[in-house]
Amino acid sequence: MTIDGAWYLTLAAVLFTIGAVGVLIRRNVLIMFMCIELMLNAANLTFVTFSRELNDIGGQVAVLFVLVVAAAEVVVGLGIIVAIFRRRVGATADDPHELRG
Amino acid sequence: MLHFAYLIPLLPLGGFALLLSFGRRIGNPAAGWIATLAVTGAFVVALAALVALLGQAADARVFTQHWFTWFTVDRLSVGVGLRIDPLSVTMALFVTGVGALIHLYSIGYMEHDEDFAKFFTYLNLFVFSMLMLVLASNLLVTFFGWEGVGVCSYLLIAFWFRRPAAASAGKKAMIYSRIGDVGFLVAMFLVFERTGSLEYSTVFARLGHVSRASLVAIALLLFLGAVGKSAQIPLFPWLADAMEGPTPVSALIHAATMVTAGVYLMCRINPILHAAPVAAHVVAWVGVATALVAATIGCAQTDIKKVLAYSTVSQLGYMFLAAGCGAYVAAVFLMLAHAFYKALLFLSAGSVIHALDGEQDLKKMGSLRALMPITAATFFVGWLSIAGVPPFSGFWAKSAVLENAWALSPALWTIGAVTAVLTAYYMGREFFLVFMGDRRWSEARPGGELPRDPGWVMGVPPLVLAGCSFLGLFIDLPFHPTWSFLERWLQPVVGASLAVHHFGLAELWGFALADVAFALVGVAMAAAIWRAAVNRPRLEPRFLAMAWFIDWSYDRFIARPGTVVSSFAASTVDTRVIDGAVEGLARLVAGGGVFLRRAQSGYVRTYALTIVGGIVIVVAYLVTRAGS
Repeated sequence: MTIDGAWYLTLAAVLFTIGAVGVLIRRNVLIMFMCIELMLNAANLTFVTFSRELNDIGGQVAVLFVLVVAAAEVVVGLGIIVAIFRRRVGATADDPHELRG
Repeated sequence: MLHFAYLIPLLPLGGFALLLSFGRRIGNPAAGWIATLAVTGAFVVALAALVALLGQAADARVFTQHWFTWFTVDRLSVGVGLRIDPLSVTMALFVTGVGALIHLYSIGYMEHDEDFAKFFTYLNLFVFSMLMLVLASNLLVTFFGWEGVGVCSYLLIAFWFRRPAAASAGKKAMIYSRIGDVGFLVAMFLVFERTGSLEYSTVFARLGHVSRASLVAIALLLFLGAVGKSAQIPLFPWLADAMEGPTPVSALIHAATMVTAGVYLMCRINPILHAAPVAAHVVAWVGVATALVAATIGCAQTDIKKVLAYSTVSQLGYMFLAAGCGAYVAAVFLMLAHAFYKALLFLSAGSVIHALDGEQDLKKMGSLRALMPITAATFFVGWLSIAGVPPFSGFWAKSAVLENAWALSPALWTIGAVTAVLTAYYMGREFFLVFMGDRRWSEARPGGELPRDPGWVMGVPPLVLAGCSFLGLFIDLPFHPTWSFLERWLQPVVGASLAVHHFGLAELWGFALADVAFALVGVAMAAAIWRAAVNRPRLEPRFLAMAWFIDWSYDRFIARPGTVVSSFAASTVDTRVIDGAVEGLARLVAGGGVFLRRAQSGYVRTYALTIVGGIVIVVAYLVTRAGS
């Protein structure tokens, strides 16, 4: 039994929306970070779905690249977050706004 | 042949370069002697050029010497070179001759001046510029010399620049001649546009293709330049102020040489004037009007040098009258004679000023003939010469001018005759006030040593010039055609445009007797009025003492409104309009920045929201476009 590709795409869209809304409305940097990961994986899910539907391996290859980039991004992002934690008490995204014009 | 002529301007230039580099080290008086030697050398070379030209046939006496090409633009190619012809050699001779004498005189006159070397540096530069002016082979190089003498005139009038009057007189001379320079420049543009060249020989050869109106315009524009340089109506007030300069400068630049550059220019462009009689009439009338106005002003001045200054303006008016009448030979003759006697008068006046420790007021002089007999004698010769008493050169020159004026229009002659009487009168007034009458200077300088004749350095030049004023009569004698040396000499240059009149013997005698009568009437009037008197307020009305209020009205109606407009522009237009525009633009940008700055909140989530919003818009656009 195969599940229709549309379900996967719908799930990916829902995940992506949750991620995007999370990034926009949450103030905790760690949560925002997780939401970004959520959006990346929603995109990955879409890639894989289309790869299967279209019978094209390229989509799955792209997913591997995204995973690598995401891993690198996690390293950098967590580094920044740790640095912020060292300087400040909490990890609220609105606290560091020194770049305000 | 004549290749050595380049030395004429280059010797003074060399003197200038030497004094400019080492003048201060060479010092006083060696710097003065070097400058004098340079100009004397130029005089000797000019004499050699004269001899060489005399060795040629009369119609082969025009040489052009090309030095180098100054610049080439499209079809305009301007070369620097000399034009050696009878007119330019005559000018070069008297410029260097009178110049050398005045250099010599200056060594004595300036001996106590701390800027002794600088003075001679300027003088040599002046002589170089003047020689370039008269020897140039095209209009542009003439203009180069024209501006050069203007600069030197400025530098030397303002030589004692710590005196505010001298500094502003220098500026005034510069500004007045600048007005004339505009005319000269536009005339050059027009000449080039019409004939395609600035070389005198080429221009004159192509005059046939130029329309009458253009010729009149060219002649009048060049005349405007001459009016500025030679202090004619309406641009003459600067010359009286120029007397702030040292007296040798007044003698050299503002009497003998530079101010005659305008007359020289009129003689040089004689083919153009000949082809444009309207312009020639304007020249004649402006000249005679200036002669009369300046002579009346000269009757009421109380400064020894200002009388001479207005007298110079008046005599220059005579020269323009002659040039306008087509009597170029008479103009050059009067220019030579005037160079002699006016330089003589200025140098004698300088000796008087020197002896009286800088006193220039005629009313504070008097009775100097016994103490300064040589100066009195030389001044006397100058007076009789300018008055036109025979046999001095002034008589012959002035007669030649007046004859030609009569031939053009008896009205011109009448005004010229009145001026002749006035000339004899005001110079007589000056002579009597300075050398005769009661001693009025004793109160001015109590306990000082008595005024006396200067030493030989300052004494010889006036004597030589007095000799020239007398011998000048042999330059051009009217009795017989073969004795008209100057006329035959200038024939190759001005012959084609010369106005020739054949007067009968009776008419010639009539003119001569009339001229003598004018001179003697003026002399007698001066003697009768001023031999014993000092103050005759009715004969020195304020109107004349203030020079017809011409300078005053220029100041009131041009300079002051100009100042008001300038200060309005500075205080209102500049600060409000110009600065306002600049500052307004700056405020607009700053305000825009403040407004846009709000977008830069510093909150990461705001940026993210903006990005998402952008994505939504792009996607919505793509979707709707894909749908359509």
